[in-house]
Amino acid sequence: MRSVLRRIFVASLLKRRLGSALSLLSIALGVALGLAVQIIHGAALAEFGQGVRRMSGVADLQVVGPREGFDEALYVRLAQRPEVAEASPVVEVDALVPGLSAPLRILGVDLFRVAAVEPQLLPVAEDKVGAGAGAESDRLAALRQDAVFLSAEAEASLFDDQGGVGTSAPRRLTVQSGLRLQELEVAGKLPGARARIGVMDIAAAQDSFDRAGLLTRIDLRLAAGVTPGQALAALTPLLPAGVVLRTVDEAATEAANLSRAYRVNLNMLAAIALLTGGFLVFSAQWLAVVRRRREFAVLRALGLERGQLVRGLLAEGATLGCAGGLLGVALGHGLAALAFRFAGADLGAGFFQGVVPALHFDPLSSTAYLLLGIAAGVGGTWAPAREAARVVPARALHAAGLPASAGGSGQGRTFAALAVLAAAVAASLLPAVGGIPVGGYASVVLILAAAILALPPLAMLASRLLAAGRWPVWRLVRARFVASPQQVVVAAAGVVASVALASAMAIMVNSFRLSVDDWLTQVLPADLYLRASSASASGYLDDAALQRIRALPGVAGVDAVRAINLRLDADSTPVTLLARPVAQGWGLPLVDGTRTPAHDARRPPAWISEAIADARALKPGDRLDLPIAGALHAFTVAGIWRDYARQHGAVVIERADYVALSGDGRINDISLRLADVGDGDRVASALRELFGSDRVEIARPGEIRAVTLQIFDRTFLITYLMEAVAVAIGLFGIATTFAAQAATRKGEFGMLRHLGFTRRDVGRLLALEGSLACLMGVLAGLLGGGGVSVVLVEVINRQSFHWSMDYAVPWRALGLFALGLVVLAGVVARLAGAHAMRRSAVLVVKEDW
Amino acid sequence: MLRIHSLIKTLPGKPPRTLFDRLSLQVERGECVAIVGESGAGKSTLLNCIAGLDVADGGSIVIGAQEVCGLDDDRLARLRRAHFGFVFQAFHVLPHLSVLHNVALPLWLLRVADDEADARAQAMLERVGLGGRGADAPQVLSGGELQRVAIARALVHKPSVVLADEPTGNLDPERAAGVLGLLLEQIREGGAAGILVTHSRTAAARADRVLELRRGLLVDVGSTT
Repeated sequence: MRSVLRRIFVASLLKRRLGSALSLLSIALGVALGLAVQIIHGAALAEFGQGVRRMSGVADLQVVGPREGFDEALYVRLAQRPEVAEASPVVEVDALVPGLSAPLRILGVDLFRVAAVEPQLLPVAEDKVGAGAGAESDRLAALRQDAVFLSAEAEASLFDDQGGVGTSAPRRLTVQSGLRLQELEVAGKLPGARARIGVMDIAAAQDSFDRAGLLTRIDLRLAAGVTPGQALAALTPLLPAGVVLRTVDEAATEAANLSRAYRVNLNMLAAIALLTGGFLVFSAQWLAVVRRRREFAVLRALGLERGQLVRGLLAEGATLGCAGGLLGVALGHGLAALAFRFAGADLGAGFFQGVVPALHFDPLSSTAYLLLGIAAGVGGTWAPAREAARVVPARALHAAGLPASAGGSGQGRTFAALAVLAAAVAASLLPAVGGIPVGGYASVVLILAAAILALPPLAMLASRLLAAGRWPVWRLVRARFVASPQQVVVAAAGVVASVALASAMAIMVNSFRLSVDDWLTQVLPADLYLRASSASASGYLDDAALQRIRALPGVAGVDAVRAINLRLDADSTPVTLLARPVAQGWGLPLVDGTRTPAHDARRPPAWISEAIADARALKPGDRLDLPIAGALHAFTVAGIWRDYARQHGAVVIERADYVALSGDGRINDISLRLADVGDGDRVASALRELFGSDRVEIARPGEIRAVTLQIFDRTFLITYLMEAVAVAIGLFGIATTFAAQAATRKGEFGMLRHLGFTRRDVGRLLALEGSLACLMGVLAGLLGGGGVSVVLVEVINRQSFHWSMDYAVPWRALGLFALGLVVLAGVVARLAGAHAMRRSAVLVVKEDW
Repeated sequence: MLRIHSLIKTLPGKPPRTLFDRLSLQVERGECVAIVGESGAGKSTLLNCIAGLDVADGGSIVIGAQEVCGLDDDRLARLRRAHFGFVFQAFHVLPHLSVLHNVALPLWLLRVADDEADARAQAMLERVGLGGRGADAPQVLSGGELQRVAIARALVHKPSVVLADEPTGNLDPERAAGVLGLLLEQIREGGAAGILVTHSRTAAARADRVLELRRGLLVDVGSTT
């Protein structure tokens, strides 16, 4: 059997070089895409996780709260507990560095505690570098109010020749706190740190960044014999609202959770590319089986068992899958290396900015994707192998034996397609599992299967609708369609999957983009915006600044926004609290509820984003407790709003309520309404003069909208590339199918030439068949894609990112895409059949003469 | 009807091989000529040249009043469409067309109205004894029946010239005799000029004349009329 396998089956792949090469390439591309996405995100996550662990040193547990900080009295209470051996308080500040877009993370640490818990953060004074960390003089140097110690990464980004902003020796660094600039002296290095950070004495950091009495983290080393579980149970009751205790591993996986939905989505796209590759194998193998009918009949007559025939063909598929998989593994690592170099570790999505992972061979993922490649090869061969086993040798051996028209039961397939579609609908109704829309993905796969099952009945229906016409070429094409819908399936299966994917993504991205555009219009109603810093960074404005802005000529009105991060509970990632005027007319894109609720002094109103409403099953009228300034405060959900900016949720409350509860009068953003919109440039100049152009960002809504849409398009660039690959694989399918079909139909073409067809007529016949097969694939693909897009918009995006969007079909773009594909398929089919149409092909008819 | 005059054809090679050395042939309406010869003698190439599917190096081939040599591809296709009928050893029936439509195919090419095309194809099927099989798919027909479909297809448009290559090569002797008889009868009744290429002396003997292609020339080896 081994010899038969090698000489009859696997050797046949070498004879069909073009088909085999395209099948192999399509599997390789699918594997490469999937593996590259896996490697890129795996490496980024590993690097990010290691960074978190390194920053946490030997800590067993971490206490974390809002990024604005929590009362440092908690440190004293925890440090005195018997469960705690060592506690190290930390203040983390994202310090704005004028002239640099990325803030520098500065950690204020207790230099007398840090050695025991976070030794990697131990500073070394400038003149002691190389003499070892931790000397007393280093600590004393570090206690200076203006001393900062930098990691190698931070130093490189701040003091390089091109983009750096620091000065040469003595090196000083300017940072911003509020609107105030402060000079820090670089007093030394952090030899143990592997991130872009700086370290200061905790008291100096609190003073410098107006965080007096606040901490953002406490790292704990537990006493001997105390397990993290015991410590969690004992210490959690001591924590104020909004402060949580977690293990270091949980901190590391928080980053993974942030990007998980995005990663799973990309993996699904890669999987569909691989699925399309599997269909291409199916097309190539099916045609090979048709072509080798007599060969198999002879083998069967010589004693080859039906099972051996099936196994032999499956071995062919496995060989293709294995070769494609190996090539894909190599390509995947190459793609990952390219992505690290040109797109970044997050493929442009912004999850892992600043993380620079190294490319390593990943044996586990590589093996998994190699196996997926083999599965695609074997899966694609399964149906053709079964078909080959069904052929009756005596009939196939008969000289007059014509290949049977594999019509199949159109009605049966229609029912099957409808049943699978019903299963898809049922799957789409399932809730997410662990935040992953498993049911949604299953629904996508089932819709694709239904679309492919619908191909033969669709072809039958189309053939009835196609006018008979009198053009002989057309009549032959139509007759072939009616007689052999199976041929359409074989040619168009790959097209269906890729068109469904591309059209679904196009609809989803179009819906998303239009919704984002509309959303931007609603959330940016003012004429000018001024920002001191984002939610967690060190810049801010205050009421005095607000008054100065209000007093500027041309300013008709101002509104202030305070943005802070909150932890609603121990298990969830932080959400953003936006304190701003709502009832006074600020744009809030509500999807439910009201902007002007009835006044209730005991429970002020809160407007929650869809992410929070989904995660906590909240609706207008429900109670929501928010941890503000260390205490829980009850709010009433007044409305639910659409927020595309913060995936893990945001809550809007009236700024007056926030100030009353927290006493925090700081402001991150100010929106300005102008008396005359044309005064924008003049008012912007006045604002820059007032605060300094390097301390605030000023933007018009149009500029913010342009930047946002640019980021949006960059985020989806990788998905466009993956769609293009899937469509290219689909066109490969058309090419292979028609090349193979043309080869088997040389005799038919020769006979037609004898009857008076010109070579051009035969070319037209092939082009029309290719275009019509593709049209069927495109129609089924568009139908399937329409269904998939609904699942993407209503289920997958909703469950992954908690974003609703207005469904909008880009009819014109889809029409052009479909038309282009149909025309291209005609050209591809015509080119693929060129060999069979040459004069020598005409002689095929007379080969017996 | 068919006049071949001083046809020259040389196959490239070292040394070049002369296939036709000023070969001449005339076949009249209703006449059927059998051509025999060794394998490789050039029988296939002669049929190709007559049908305009291969190009001669010199000489002339005239169908009716139309010179074949020198016509471009499109005109040759139109000439074949109107004036030629072909019967192949391997039938070459299209599996996705019904028996009736396989026979009507040449009429489609000639833009004959559908009703008329179907009627003429049906009449032709009746003449070859397959009147009740028009709606059948070719897959359910036997080899002999398929060859009769091919004969019907070759004659349905009343061609001037019928070229048949080993039309009975795939049939058993009993069926072969029947199919050959039918072919010759239809050629004669239709008034076409028929050329039958065969290895079978028995089959050849049923033609009006038997010519042997030998050293580039056709040699008369017997006349049956």
